[in-house]
Amino acid sequence: MISEEELEATIGLETHVQLNTRSKIWCACSTTFGAPPNTNVCPVCMGYPGALPVLNENAVRLTVIAGLALGCEINLRSKHDRKSYFYPDMPKNYQITQYDQPLCLGGQVVYSLDGVERVVRLNRIHLEEDVGKNTHFENSSGVDYNRAGTPLMEIVTEADLHSAEEAFAYLQALKEILSYAGVSHCNLEEGNMRCDVNISVAPKGSDKLGVKTELKNMNTFRGVRDAATYEIKRQKREVSVGGTIQQTTIRWDDTTGKTSAMRSKEYAHDYRYFPDPDLMPIVLTDEEVDALRSALPEMPAQRRERYVQELGLPAYDADVLVADREISDFFEQTATLCGNAKSASNFLMGDMMRMLNDQERSINSVAISPESLAELIKLFDAKKVNNQGAKEVFEVLFEKGGDALEIAKELGKIQTSDTGSIEPFVAQVIEEHPGPVSDYQGGKDAALQFLVGQVMRLSRGKANPQVVGDLFKDKLGT
Amino acid sequence: MGDLHTYTLAGLQGMLADGRCSSVDIVNDVLASIDRTDGRVQAYVDIDRETALAEAAASDKMRAEGDSRMLLGIPLGVKDILNVEGQPCSCGSKLLKPYRSVYDATSVAKLKAEGAIMLGRLNMDEFGMGSTTENSSDQVTRNPWDVGKVPGGSSGGSAAAVAADSAIAALGSDTGGSIRQPASFCGCVGFKPSYGRVSRFGLTAYASSLDQVGTLTKDVRDAAILLEILAGNDHRDSTALETPVEDYSAVLEQDLNGVRIGLAKDFFVEGIHADVSEAVNKAVEHYQSLGAEIVDVSIPHLKYAIATYYVIATAEASTNLARYDGIRYGDRKDGDNPIAISCATRAAGFGTEVKRRIILGTYVLSSGYYDAYYLRAQKVRSLLRRDFEQAFASCDAMLTPVAPTPAYPIGSVLSDPLEMYLGDICTVPANLAGLCGLSQPCGFSAEGLPIGMQLLGPAGGEASLLRIGYQYEQSTEWHLRKPELEVSA
Repeated sequence: MISEEELEATIGLETHVQLNTRSKIWCACSTTFGAPPNTNVCPVCMGYPGALPVLNENAVRLTVIAGLALGCEINLRSKHDRKSYFYPDMPKNYQITQYDQPLCLGGQVVYSLDGVERVVRLNRIHLEEDVGKNTHFENSSGVDYNRAGTPLMEIVTEADLHSAEEAFAYLQALKEILSYAGVSHCNLEEGNMRCDVNISVAPKGSDKLGVKTELKNMNTFRGVRDAATYEIKRQKREVSVGGTIQQTTIRWDDTTGKTSAMRSKEYAHDYRYFPDPDLMPIVLTDEEVDALRSALPEMPAQRRERYVQELGLPAYDADVLVADREISDFFEQTATLCGNAKSASNFLMGDMMRMLNDQERSINSVAISPESLAELIKLFDAKKVNNQGAKEVFEVLFEKGGDALEIAKELGKIQTSDTGSIEPFVAQVIEEHPGPVSDYQGGKDAALQFLVGQVMRLSRGKANPQVVGDLFKDKLGT
Repeated sequence: MGDLHTYTLAGLQGMLADGRCSSVDIVNDVLASIDRTDGRVQAYVDIDRETALAEAAASDKMRAEGDSRMLLGIPLGVKDILNVEGQPCSCGSKLLKPYRSVYDATSVAKLKAEGAIMLGRLNMDEFGMGSTTENSSDQVTRNPWDVGKVPGGSSGGSAAAVAADSAIAALGSDTGGSIRQPASFCGCVGFKPSYGRVSRFGLTAYASSLDQVGTLTKDVRDAAILLEILAGNDHRDSTALETPVEDYSAVLEQDLNGVRIGLAKDFFVEGIHADVSEAVNKAVEHYQSLGAEIVDVSIPHLKYAIATYYVIATAEASTNLARYDGIRYGDRKDGDNPIAISCATRAAGFGTEVKRRIILGTYVLSSGYYDAYYLRAQKVRSLLRRDFEQAFASCDAMLTPVAPTPAYPIGSVLSDPLEMYLGDICTVPANLAGLCGLSQPCGFSAEGLPIGMQLLGPAGGEASLLRIGYQYEQSTEWHLRKPELEVSA
């Protein structure tokens, strides 16, 4: 007998990522998401008699870029193989994939969890085709082949992960890197990233892995975390009471929050891999790979480093901003335009993220532009609008866009620093509040706050409080 | 007119250019010939008379307006395995009976671009699997020289129609001899270009690394004319050759002085019919008389060719034919779930020979057997390819029999597929090694059946091979003999 505490889980992930090519991997059909069923199809991606695949070179290029971004070794000679099994969503009843000579080998993903950096080693990345989609109706089923032939890369980890949280953090880090590399839209809602998760448990320190179960076709990271949490607990409990784990394919039910075994017969396949005779080997040169390597965009880790070192942002800000490439790009443009990175960071991490989260929107779908936000920041930094004013202007920009100064004026949020227009208010307050005046003169600094507040009230918030304070100090001779 | 169906392609080009006949005349004569002979030969599985006549009339009009494309208004037959938009393409299979092509094969599109008329579909062994054209769900095609004999296969319909003068010329496909062997059995010219010389796009796949589109014609010149149009790179076929297309008819007339013809005794296999070896040996003597030098070469791994072929071809076929599940097209049979639908469709739709090869191919690719069968076969294939490279270092072409025997009686090999497989010994090496191969008449058996000889050339050696074949043909008369179908009718 062994207690649950003495058992350790091991997780390996296979992540399928749709590449953002415009056309499919073997034909010229569009990869656009959401088209009416079976409209982006042709004899090639429908598996008609006599149709032949021709490799989309852009799919190879994007896979190599992904490999380089993840530190993989690029195979200069790779090939495609046929993987045979029958399923109606697969037009040829074999999938063209890469078996023993994938495009990319090795590599790693560095991620941080609880403030500690950790590393997942990658086994390989290979390039293959996506399948169609089955839909079940009341009395019939339909297959939509629009997705069939969308280029897909499969990123396979080593068994380096040991908790559901690690798996979740790895996936987030992977998504960050892939979106910075520009190889995929990484849109989970559109099924751009889907995972198979292999889970096993074994005594801590054991060099042998336990029997694994395979969780199929997970399309949210949260789902992976919840399902892995459940499955690890289930396996640990089973093993701790002397039970055994069956090697099976399991599915996750989001509503019951449980995993269940799929019929094992359904997945007892002999895939009969062999090289696809319709395709030539993929041959790359060192020069081609080097050119892609030197054109590689900045990766999230480098960007975080730069934000801290060059822009002087706190590490926390850098982490939050870089985690979303679109927000990070927006931030950079704003910071450059307004000349104050910390201010730009504050607006993005504060009002911007709050409103995006509240409305569940992405930064590219809102009306505010880096130009208008930069303008607002300049007004704020110059103290022409105060905190509250800036917040109100921001909300208008967020919804409608426009010119920050114009909106601030319309809302009456422009503060004045013109002593000539403030002095009458100061004089009036000194006359009306002799008590606090003498308190202040007697050394009570808090009384100044009260006096400034009175001027702000009289000016309806338009006086610059700094200037008001200075005027009181002058007049009251301290 | 009345006899235009007996002309060669080149002959008709001249007639049309000189205004001595019209396309409508040609199509009418070919249709009339079909009506007279095809009841007994059974070469055609589908004929589109109305479209052919309409296209012929349109071609005549275009010619009057100055159009002089190479094949304008000339009708051709097409093996039922190549896609012609709007036409059936059942590949001899019950499963594909309801299917209509939704696009043109590249080879078909190229012929159409030169003005050719796709007159009808020619019978074949199901998906190209067979050497007799008996493995067709449509009908059994007969040999025009003796309707009790097989026409060979799998392009038996194409060869029989050309031999019977019910087609001017026809497209075929050759995976292990499927053009050359029926040409030999029927006494016409069959040409299989090097692997990749003609695009495979639109050729329904049997074995992708062996399949090649080719022609069945009345003489070698017609083969050269068609190849000039068919050959070339294709952005829709990754395996198509990029090398430039040559002017194949321009070199036909060059004599054979200095040409070396290789003879490998390996091809004269045990059990070869005496009439066949005699006819081929006479062809050797004839080449000597034409000034060619005969050299001895050897293909040591030839004895493994049949085994190698049936491992590789069936392995590829087992996956190529997986797509016929009745889900998207074809004759779907009902079932409770998708897998049951596939099983029922395939059980009802495929014939015995196809099932046999799918099972064999599935077996050789299975986990645990791959290394022993498929991988080993690929290694033997490399050795065979090297044998030919060495042989072609000392000769320009090799001369061999096409098949060990002349055409045999219908039904005689159906119960013994292995015997049928062994008949492919001389033809499969060209597919395994990617060579070009020409089959042309070189004599007749005592029984009066045609006998063919095979010329093999290195990959890309089409021009030289066609010239060597043409020089023999023009100095002999075997290709001019016709079966007596119409007289005995």
